[in-house]
Amino acid sequence: MSVRFVFKTSYDQDLGIFRDDVQRNWYLALLVGLLVLPLLIPAYVVDVSLVFIYGLCGLSLMVLAGYTGLVSLGHAAFLGIGAYTHVYVVHDLGLPWVVGVALACVVTAAVGVLVGLPALRMTGVYLSIATLAFALIIQEALTRWERVTGGLKGKAVEKPVVFGVHLGGDTAFYFLCLAFLIAGLWLTGNLLRAPTGRAWVAIRDSEIAAQSMGVNLAVYKTSAFAYSAALMGVAGALFAHKIGFLAPDIFTVLLSIQFLLMVVVGGLGSLHGALFGAVFVALLPVAISQARDSIPVWLSAIASPFGKEAGAATFLAVDQFVKKPGLEPGLFGVILVLFILFEPLGIYGRWRKIQLYFSTFPLYKRATFRRQKTYMRSERLR
Amino acid sequence: MLNGLAVGCIYGLVALGFVLIYKATELVNFAQGDLLMLGAFTCYMFVVWYGVGYWVAFALAVALVALFGAVLDATILRRIIGQPQFSVVMLTIGLGAIFRSFASIAWGSEIYTLPTPFSARATRLAGVAVSHEYVSIIIGTVVLCAVLYAFFTFTRIGLAMQASSQNQLAAYYMGIPVKLMFSLIWAISAGVAAIAGVLLAPVSLIDINLGFIGLKAFAAAVLGGFGSIPGALVGGITIGLIELFSGAYLPQGFKDVAAYVVLLVVLAVRPQGMFGAITRKKV
Repeated sequence: MSVRFVFKTSYDQDLGIFRDDVQRNWYLALLVGLLVLPLLIPAYVVDVSLVFIYGLCGLSLMVLAGYTGLVSLGHAAFLGIGAYTHVYVVHDLGLPWVVGVALACVVTAAVGVLVGLPALRMTGVYLSIATLAFALIIQEALTRWERVTGGLKGKAVEKPVVFGVHLGGDTAFYFLCLAFLIAGLWLTGNLLRAPTGRAWVAIRDSEIAAQSMGVNLAVYKTSAFAYSAALMGVAGALFAHKIGFLAPDIFTVLLSIQFLLMVVVGGLGSLHGALFGAVFVALLPVAISQARDSIPVWLSAIASPFGKEAGAATFLAVDQFVKKPGLEPGLFGVILVLFILFEPLGIYGRWRKIQLYFSTFPLYKRATFRRQKTYMRSERLR
Repeated sequence: MLNGLAVGCIYGLVALGFVLIYKATELVNFAQGDLLMLGAFTCYMFVVWYGVGYWVAFALAVALVALFGAVLDATILRRIIGQPQFSVVMLTIGLGAIFRSFASIAWGSEIYTLPTPFSARATRLAGVAVSHEYVSIIIGTVVLCAVLYAFFTFTRIGLAMQASSQNQLAAYYMGIPVKLMFSLIWAISAGVAAIAGVLLAPVSLIDINLGFIGLKAFAAAVLGGFGSIPGALVGGITIGLIELFSGAYLPQGFKDVAAYVVLLVVLAVRPQGMFGAITRKKV
C-alpha cells in the first residue's frame, strides 16, 4: 500500500465535504447499510436508534469538550431540559411536534448561553465543577417544578406525530433518529470547517493566542455552549420518545459522565470519535446483559474438567457476582480509566494509528502520536 | 447552629483533601468523596463485622485508606501527571465509579449505622441539648487541623512536601524524593477523607452514595479559593451554615441546592474565591 495523494485540480475540491470520491462512496455505502439495517436485524432496531440519539449527544459534547476545550460535566441537564420542554410543548400545550423540537432547541440554547456567560471567567476544572453544580440544580428543579415536569411521579410520553403522520413503529422512529443524526452531522461538520469552528479550535489550543489573533472569546465560548446545548435539546426531544417516560432521576450526573465517557472513548476532537463513542456506550449495556448470561456458563465449562462440583460451584459464584447491581457503573469506570491511561486518543485515535501503520508500512513511528507532557506550571496556563 | 457547624467541618475536611492534592500535584481528585465513603465502610466493617473497638477500628480504617491512597498514586495517578487536566478529571471520575461499585459489591447497597461511643448522648449546655456526635466532629476537625499545621510547618517531611508542591523541579534538584512526597500527600489526603468519613458516619448513615458529599465539598473548596488550606475549612463551615439557614428560612428544596448555587455565584463573581490567587500566563 502506498500513500494516497489527492491531486486537486480545482478550488471546488477544497470545498467538498469529502476528501475524494473513494471516501464519498464509502460513506454512501455506510448510509445504504444503515437504511437496510432494520430489515436485517429487526430485533435490535430499538437499540440502534438509541445509538443515533447518543450520537447527537456525542456530537454536542464533542463540539464543546473536543473542539472548544470546555469540559462540561452537566450535559445530562441540557438533555433533560430539551426532553421536558418538548414534552410540555407537545402534550400540555398541544402544539405540533416540529414546534416542540424547535422550542426544545431554542430553550436549551438559551440555557446554554446562561451557563456559558459565567463560564467566560472560568477555565479548566472550574468550568467542569460549575457545570456539575448547574446539572445538580437543574435536577432538583425538575423534581420540584411539578406543574410542568410532573415531579417525581414522572411524565408519560406518547409516540411522535410528525406533520400528521403517526410514527408509532420502532422502524419509523429509527429513520427519524437517523435523519436527525445526519442533519446534525452535516451541520456540525460544516460549522467546524467554517470560521466559527476554527475559532473554537483556536480557543481550545490556546486561549491567549486566540485572543491575540482577534478571536472574541466571549462570543465564541458562548456560541459553543449555545450550539452544544441546542444539539442536546434536539437529542432530548428524541430521547423523550425513546424512553417513553420522563422522570428527574434519569438525567443524573451519571448520565453526564456516560456522555463524557462517550467522547473520551470515541476520541476527543473528531466527529468520528463522537459516533464511535455513541456506538460503544449505547451498545455496552446490551453486551453486558448478554454477557451476564453467557459468562457463568463459559467459566463453568472451563472449570468442569476439574470435577462436576467445581463446575457447578464456579457457575454459582460467578453468576452471583455478575448479577450484583453495582457492577455496571464500575465496569464503565474501569473502561474509562483504561482508556485514559492507555489510549488517550480513543477508538478513533487507534483507527488512525492502524491506518497510518498500513499506509506508511515499514516506516511507521510510534512517536508520531506521542503527546507532549507539560511539567511546569507556567506551561500549563494556556 | 451546631449541626451546621459540624456538617460544615466535614465539608471543610473533604475540601481540605482536595486542596492538599491540588496544591501538590495540580490534580483535582473527583474521587475524594468516594474515599470518604470507603473510610466509613472500612470502619463499619471492623466495628460491626469483626467486633474491633471503635478507636482501633478508626485508626485501622484511616491507615488502610491512607495506604490505599498512596498505592493509587504510585500505580495509577503518577502516569497521568503532565497530561491535560481533563484527563485527570475523567480518570478520577472513573476511579470514583469503580470505588462505588466495589463498595456495593463488597458491602452491599444497604444503609448502615455505625455505633460509636458518642452515639445518642447529649449534654445540656446553657439550656441547649448538645449531642456528642456533633461535638466529636468539631473537636476532631480542630485537632486534625492543628496536627496537619504542625506537620507541614515543623517537620522535615512537611517542609519537603511544601517545597515539592511549590516547584517540583527545584525540589527534585534539592534532593527531595518528589514522587514519594506526592504519594505521601495522597496518603494524607485519603486519610483525611477517611477521618471525615468516620466522623460523619454516626450523623449521616453509611451507604454507597455517601461519596456525593464530595460534590458539596467542591463548593467549599471553591468558596475558599482552590489551593488555600485555611480557605477550605472556612469555606466548608460557611457552606454548612448556609445550608442550615437555607433549610430553615427558604422553601423546601433549597437546602439541597444551596451549596451549588453558592458555588455558581462564587465562580461567576469571584473565581479565585475568598483566599485564592489567580494566575494568568504572561507572554
